Amino acid sequence: MSEHIVQPRIYIGIFLSLMVGTALTVLAAFYDFPGPLNAVVALTIAVIKATLVVLFFMHVRYSGRLVWLVIVAALLWLAIMFAITFSDYWTRTWLPPLLG
Amino acid sequence: MLFVAQRAPGLFVARRLPAICNLHFSIFNFQFPLMPEGIATTQPHAASHPALQHHFENMEQQREAGTLGMWVFLVTEIMFFGGMFLAYTLYRAQYPAAFVSASNHLDITLGAVNTGVLIVSSFTMAMAVWSTQVGRNRITIICLILTMILGATFLGIKAVEYKAKYDDQLIPGRLIPSRPFKPKVAEPGDTDKHKLHLIEGANVRNVELFYWIYFAMTGMHALHMIIGLGIMTVILNAAWRGKFSAEYHAPVEISGLYWHFVDIIWIFLFPLLYLLGRHLEHHG
Repeated sequence: MSEHIVQPRIYIGIFLSLMVGTALTVLAAFYDFPGPLNAVVALTIAVIKATLVVLFFMHVRYSGRLVWLVIVAALLWLAIMFAITFSDYWTRTWLPPLLG
Repeated sequence: MLFVAQRAPGLFVARRLPAICNLHFSIFNFQFPLMPEGIATTQPHAASHPALQHHFENMEQQREAGTLGMWVFLVTEIMFFGGMFLAYTLYRAQYPAAFVSASNHLDITLGAVNTGVLIVSSFTMAMAVWSTQVGRNRITIICLILTMILGATFLGIKAVEYKAKYDDQLIPGRLIPSRPFKPKVAEPGDTDKHKLHLIEGANVRNVELFYWIYFAMTGMHALHMIIGLGIMTVILNAAWRGKFSAEYHAPVEISGLYWHFVDIIWIFLFPLLYLLGRHLEHHG
């Protein structure tokens, strides 16, 4: 597989999207969404921005399967770390009532 | 698998395996020079690029192996920062009011400007990679210098923010022995920006916890920026001396991966540290 050269117009498009995303996330932060939606909106925008950087600035969209595998493995282990830690904190309050 | 491969008679099959396997065999060749020459699929061509290392078949394979190696390193970085993001999430869930109060004391303007500065620096870095891929070294040098200026600007703005936290006595614990954590807490109705405005249910001790996490995360991020500036200095020096071309530019690309990664960390730090809870700012 020969090297894919991402053209500057794509970089400019991604750059503008990232700037718009930053402006949006600042504006959204001052708006009072119902419930926990403020955090959901902020994190969704952050994930979209990070994905754009990874796919285009870091060329992963054009990279081989091995690079994809490494990234997916990282996200998987990150998810495991969060899931196991939270299952601990979440269930801690269950014990005293059980013991009476 | 490698040991089996070393002893297996049908090694020529290995030639049809993907590039990464060739890389492993070449390591064996290097360490066991007594192995028959016939299995070496990795002898550089007579007219190869001077930057081609002997254990790679061609520049393409060498570049891809380097990129993969950089990603493996970035995975360790993801797990490293992931631990701190985990601590942040846990304590934010436990002390939401204190975290909102502490977060609202941060300077949102400087934080947003810094986010913009980093995004522009990522763009100039991407352009540096593009220009080196098409062999336009002069543009590469300009883009690298711009990237470094923007990186230094980010650190400068960060220093201004740290100074403001120092002035408001928000450096946690006794990190600075002569100036321990002791912010002035605002009474209801007081609008002094240097005082801490606690919303209902917030506790100063837990505000301190937020600032531990704030300084740990932004401090580690700033350290990565400083290392990034060091890497850029090396890359700029090599570009200046005309080391890179359309055929050989892997160092620029790999340094770019590092720079973009540090940008991504900030893309998450900015909303988590500065933005969450802003809509509660005047509910004190």
